[in-house]
Amino acid sequence: MAQGSWLIVGTVPDAHFPLYYGSYHLEDERIYFDDADLQPISVQRGTAALLAAAWLTLQALGKATPKALVCGDLGQGEGSAKVYDLLVQRLPEETFSGLTFHYLYPDVDWHNRIFMGLESLARRPLLVCDAGFMYVAKMSGYAQSYDLFTPDLGELTFLADAKAPHPFYTRGFVQAEDHDVAELAARAFEQGNAAAWLLVKGHEDCLVHQGKVLETIAEPNLPVLEAIGGTGDLLTGVVTGLLAAGWPMQRACLWGARLCRKAGELASPTPASQITDILPKIPALLTELAVAKA
Amino acid sequence: MGFLAKLLAGLRGQRSAESSTQRTDQSFLTFQHTGEVIRAENLLAEAGYAVRVLAPPAWLRTGCDMVLVCDAVHEPAIRSHLAKEGLEPEGVYPVASGLLAPVSLLRFVDYGAWFMVQAANMKITVERQSGRIVNVSGGGCPDVPYLAAKLVGARLSEAQEPRFSAQTLCAYALQKAFMEAKRLWLKDRG
Repeated sequence: MAQGSWLIVGTVPDAHFPLYYGSYHLEDERIYFDDADLQPISVQRGTAALLAAAWLTLQALGKATPKALVCGDLGQGEGSAKVYDLLVQRLPEETFSGLTFHYLYPDVDWHNRIFMGLESLARRPLLVCDAGFMYVAKMSGYAQSYDLFTPDLGELTFLADAKAPHPFYTRGFVQAEDHDVAELAARAFEQGNAAAWLLVKGHEDCLVHQGKVLETIAEPNLPVLEAIGGTGDLLTGVVTGLLAAGWPMQRACLWGARLCRKAGELASPTPASQITDILPKIPALLTELAVAKA
Repeated sequence: MGFLAKLLAGLRGQRSAESSTQRTDQSFLTFQHTGEVIRAENLLAEAGYAVRVLAPPAWLRTGCDMVLVCDAVHEPAIRSHLAKEGLEPEGVYPVASGLLAPVSLLRFVDYGAWFMVQAANMKITVERQSGRIVNVSGGGCPDVPYLAAKLVGARLSEAQEPRFSAQTLCAYALQKAFMEAKRLWLKDRG
């Protein structure tokens, strides 16, 4: 893995939130931005939930915490464009061990500019995509150049649908079931629409490499987690943290999935639970894991 | 579409845009941003025009995309109506080949005291007794966390429909899930 910090790239649901690039920390269910005088933001969902999960993971492992590149965006794409622009400028100047792309307005033109910037680096960082940036990475035709996508089962159907430009137009989106993962993942990979690794979030989480299912994580099985906003962001965040700590991809994905399921179980969730009920369970589980490993 | 809008549509003799898109008697309108498409659809539906949101052809796609399809014969009137509201399409093209239609199937999950409705990649979960929205999950576009923050905690009967702030396809899907959840909740209450 390349040296340097890990960067999480996304947006914040506040139209007035300015472009921010720098370190951050988590305190009282809020993200505080260390290098500017900004209002902290709630970790309830979206990129903030991912930032929180990655920070908690690295903090618990005693490793350097990641940086954030975010801007306010309510869907018009203007904040995303500022984020994309700054990233294009920074890529040649800084060394990143990895990047996680998250809630960003899908724009093929900006995607391709970033992709070219990444391709021109002497040593390419690890690349993780979720949410809007995963959609545009697939649409761009360069999906296989990424290291990890973290789709849910419906989004896997989107990756496997060669014609669909967005999940909204995907045939069979809501009908996909766990037993379809192997076929969908193989099709997505054959068509060049999947990253090298897929961590498919579902009733059973599936780890896929080069289009083939390697492992399935089914326990503890808590169907209500699907209803809770931010559980996907939590998993992508924990996996980001483990990758940033230097864990190899397969191990990071498997343990990330197991930890998030266990954290969910510890929170005794109902469909009305919030991600903030689950997040605090992560550090103790990681410490337990570290102790067991020792 | 409300009763008055439906009546107006009937009086204008418009056909539903739900039929096949492989027709030369239809046009599609493109806009600078998906938020403008959603606003245009709202305005046109209120005025009684039958329009439909579809995906643009591959050569026009830029990322998060939708176009408005209408009967070609009504296109000048539609443009004129939108111009009055300060909306101008970027382009108008004949529908020459099949355009992808949005996902129309909805998924329902029964959690006992709660239920969840999924439309495409968006899910909304509601407490049966109160009609309170307890969770919004899924999606990937930047307006989703914003809309989720507005909706969670609100009652279906009082919450503003997502379409009024929607800017993207994910938010458009959330609108569909919201409306279905509201329909089911009202049906439950008899």
